[in-house]
Amino acid sequence: MLDVEKIRADFPLLKRKMNGKRLAYLDNAATTQKPVQVLEAMDDYYRNFNANVNRGAYRLGGESTEKYEAARRNIASFINAKPEEIIFTKNATESLNAVAAITCETAQRGSTALLTQMEHHSNIVPWQLQAKKNGLKVRYVKIRSYGALCNEDVEEELERCPFIFSFTHVSNVLGAVNDAAKLCRMAKKAGAYSCVDAAQSVPHMDVDVKKIGCDFLAFSSHKMLGPNGVGALYMRKELQETLPPFLGGGDMIKSVSFEESTWNAPPYKYEAGTPNVAGAIGLSAAVDYLKKVGLKNIEEHEKKLAKHCRKELSPIKGIRFHGPREGAGIVSFNIGKIHAHDVGQFADDEAVAIRTGHHCAQPLMKLLGEPATARASFYLYNTEDEVERLAGSMRKCQKALG
Amino acid sequence: MYRENILDHYKRPRNRGKIEKPDSEGFDSNPLCGDEIGMQIAVKGGKIHGIRFSGSACAICTASASMLTEEAMGKKVEDARRISKGQVLSLLGIDPGPTRLKCALLPLKVMKLAVYKYLGKKISEEDEKLV
Repeated sequence: MLDVEKIRADFPLLKRKMNGKRLAYLDNAATTQKPVQVLEAMDDYYRNFNANVNRGAYRLGGESTEKYEAARRNIASFINAKPEEIIFTKNATESLNAVAAITCETAQRGSTALLTQMEHHSNIVPWQLQAKKNGLKVRYVKIRSYGALCNEDVEEELERCPFIFSFTHVSNVLGAVNDAAKLCRMAKKAGAYSCVDAAQSVPHMDVDVKKIGCDFLAFSSHKMLGPNGVGALYMRKELQETLPPFLGGGDMIKSVSFEESTWNAPPYKYEAGTPNVAGAIGLSAAVDYLKKVGLKNIEEHEKKLAKHCRKELSPIKGIRFHGPREGAGIVSFNIGKIHAHDVGQFADDEAVAIRTGHHCAQPLMKLLGEPATARASFYLYNTEDEVERLAGSMRKCQKALG
Repeated sequence: MYRENILDHYKRPRNRGKIEKPDSEGFDSNPLCGDEIGMQIAVKGGKIHGIRFSGSACAICTASASMLTEEAMGKKVEDARRISKGQVLSLLGIDPGPTRLKCALLPLKVMKLAVYKYLGKKISEEDEKLV
């Protein structure tokens, strides 16, 4: 059980009132609020330790580098990776773009990158861009009507021998949780690389890259209590030796001449330019916070809220839920013919923040046959009372527009 | 925001549907929220004598489209081109605020696309920026 009131006290923004009502922030699949521990860690870095990393012989530069590397070690151990297997990026999107760039560059012309129909734009568009550039194809594992993947469909697609299978761990629209370990095993058997978009899983559940057995895994700091502008790419050590870099610049080189350059050892091979040091430190503080509360507790709390949410919304006339009944802490729905934007407005009138729209998954929306959906997504600081306030505003919405 | 007049036009939209032989048409969407509006016009003697809208959109957008078709009906094409953002907002009678402004103005943009197309003119920079 979580002590939610105690947790909430750490989040300054959750004290804000909208229209005189206490803010109920239910858009955690989009981004999350930040605890004081994260804000203070970043503030402390800029006040007391700021210097460029991996350069300069002075003591301050050494301290800054040590803080940056300590953050890397902490984040690596959080997902059971080796420190050098963690590459800092801007966010999960940049991590996925990087995977697409370096695997497509080395793939045989005419071969296929395999994705699924439940991907976020960030795990579709990079592949389309690279496929065009490198003469490759993109295929998708279909989703079944119950809003999840089926192993047989995956098997069938893998028989076509794609060079990579890149899929989301948890769907940001449906809340469906894919069995990442199983899918990675299947990909490996088919001789494909495996890449996991973990933007919606690392913040909410125990993720262990060794147990999953993936080659690549991407996540964002801002979805897990950390700051914007920093994310991570896990890349299995053996691959780092052979796959090329995707950004050029300072820090990623061993030697540079006017003719050619050689690369620094990984992970630096993949980190060009001055990194977001304060961001990495903030993310590390967020990891500490999540570990202290416990991922198991967080996962259980969110599932409980999602279940309560479905129960509270179920009696509303015309309600349609999208995605499997048992999923992550994400509830996606529509009410009759009411446009999701209007649904969001009624929630906002009660200071309840939910996401409405296509959730950066337009192809999936088309499959669902909905131009847009409303989505409530939960985190460790949400309460049953907030769920009930959402349900109350939805009843009002149905009454006015239904 | 959901005042009586808006709910009325949302629940009983005027001029919804298609024209069999339109003289011009326009379409645009707001990818952020998923509103999609198409509009068709029929012209006789330089005046709009038929106008219909279609698509799926939120209440504010639907009401705005419905009111706008009533406003434009019978107007000279050139006058319809001059209908302003302010006129649409005053028809709605609300201040939609920054997050819903695009919902309110999408139909106007789409109607102007149809009108410019009819006139064989390029859409003005100001109108292009409506949504």
